Amino acid sequence: MVKKRVIPCLDVAGGRVVKGVNFENLREMGEPVDLATRYSELGADELVFLDITATLEGRGPTLEMIGRAADELTIPFTAGGGVTGVEDARSLLLAGADKVAINRAAFDDPAILEALSAEFGSQAVVCAIDARNGEVVTHAGREPRGREAVDWASEAVERGAGEILLTSIDADGTRAGYDLELTRRVAEAVEVPVIASGGAGEARHLAEAFEVGAEAALIASIVHERPERLPELKAELREAGWSIRS
Amino acid sequence: MSDTAVSLPRVRTREVAIADYGAGNLRSLSSALVRAGAEPLVTTDAKIVREAPLALIAGVGHVESAAAGLARHGLDVALRERVAAGRPVAGICVGLQLLFEESEEGGRGLGLLGGPVRRVHAPRVPHMGWNTVTATRPSELLADVDGEDVYFAHSYAAEPTDTHLVVGSVDHGGPIAAAVESEHVAGVQFHPERSGAAGGRVLTNLLRWSRSA
Repeated sequence: MVKKRVIPCLDVAGGRVVKGVNFENLREMGEPVDLATRYSELGADELVFLDITATLEGRGPTLEMIGRAADELTIPFTAGGGVTGVEDARSLLLAGADKVAINRAAFDDPAILEALSAEFGSQAVVCAIDARNGEVVTHAGREPRGREAVDWASEAVERGAGEILLTSIDADGTRAGYDLELTRRVAEAVEVPVIASGGAGEARHLAEAFEVGAEAALIASIVHERPERLPELKAELREAGWSIRS
Repeated sequence: MSDTAVSLPRVRTREVAIADYGAGNLRSLSSALVRAGAEPLVTTDAKIVREAPLALIAGVGHVESAAAGLARHGLDVALRERVAAGRPVAGICVGLQLLFEESEEGGRGLGLLGGPVRRVHAPRVPHMGWNTVTATRPSELLADVDGEDVYFAHSYAAEPTDTHLVVGSVDHGGPIAAAVESEHVAGVQFHPERSGAAGGRVLTNLLRWSRSA
């Protein structure tokens, strides 16, 4: 049986890992590849690097960092942030990313997902969806888009997304738990794995996300502050009976 | 002593030619092969792919586009020729699927091994994440790897006609061929370069297999 995954997420801005609450008040957490290597040693199942300033500032993805991560890591990782189409994705994959996450560009032009999956296969295409009260939002949560996240997730998968990274903007950084209702609805609506994101504070939250159908859970604040929390979280989940890689 | 004598190339038994068909992540595989003691070379050169001590097909994408990418540089012919000459070829992920015949995804593999490539039937597809590989018979490829978790990311899987080719199996909505091994052709459906220490052992095993193949 495939294991449930615990995935530390590294939000990268200006070459540093940062973390904010509700996408605001960003704080520096360290050098991305150093932190990533540490998480890998501590048992991370996978990693996500999101260049959170790339779309806003129109910068290209940080390929040099991705290349170093590819050389250093022995676990898979997804790269996202500022991905506008096939050529951005190709650069990230050739630099060494295993998967690319695409967010706003896919929402604005869903045909991009078809092009990406035709070129690289669905397994390399992660559609990232940010939601507030079940509605899709873009531009780091500032723009509501008037469409149900469940509806958009279904279309994204039909068009070739191989995984959905579902972030609740309201819950992000609060450590009060994932948006379980939304996670459940999306996980029921699509066949591909759903990664719950936004709000993890303790092992119970991850277990709740798995219970409503998430295949993986993204974590950030809780491990950035104390990386040793990662193996503890995984041990707690294993003790609770979840199938977790040791 | 003439200049030509000193510039003669040395025998490079650790060299691995990774056939480049223009899509996908070959950098992490190269790095992992270096860690395993090999000298990987990502190439579109048919002669190198034909002659290297080991040729690898790796990367991501569809069987159809990958096969077209190989054919563009004559690498399909080079790979068939080297197997006919008894030189080892190995495939990773979609590379394993390319060793086989018709794919339900569209397109056709190299036909170095018999059997189709079919879509995975399970509640969640793609089969994505860490899953336990079970050795189905003794093999070089999975020596010391039985029962380990390795990383999978695929929606299609090979179904070898000769089931004895399967040396490792994984369960996702039913058994899936995780590793195949014959005299000169081998492959793994998972990503050894992304499977931690167990994946490193698979690459070391693969290099050892290629020297005895």
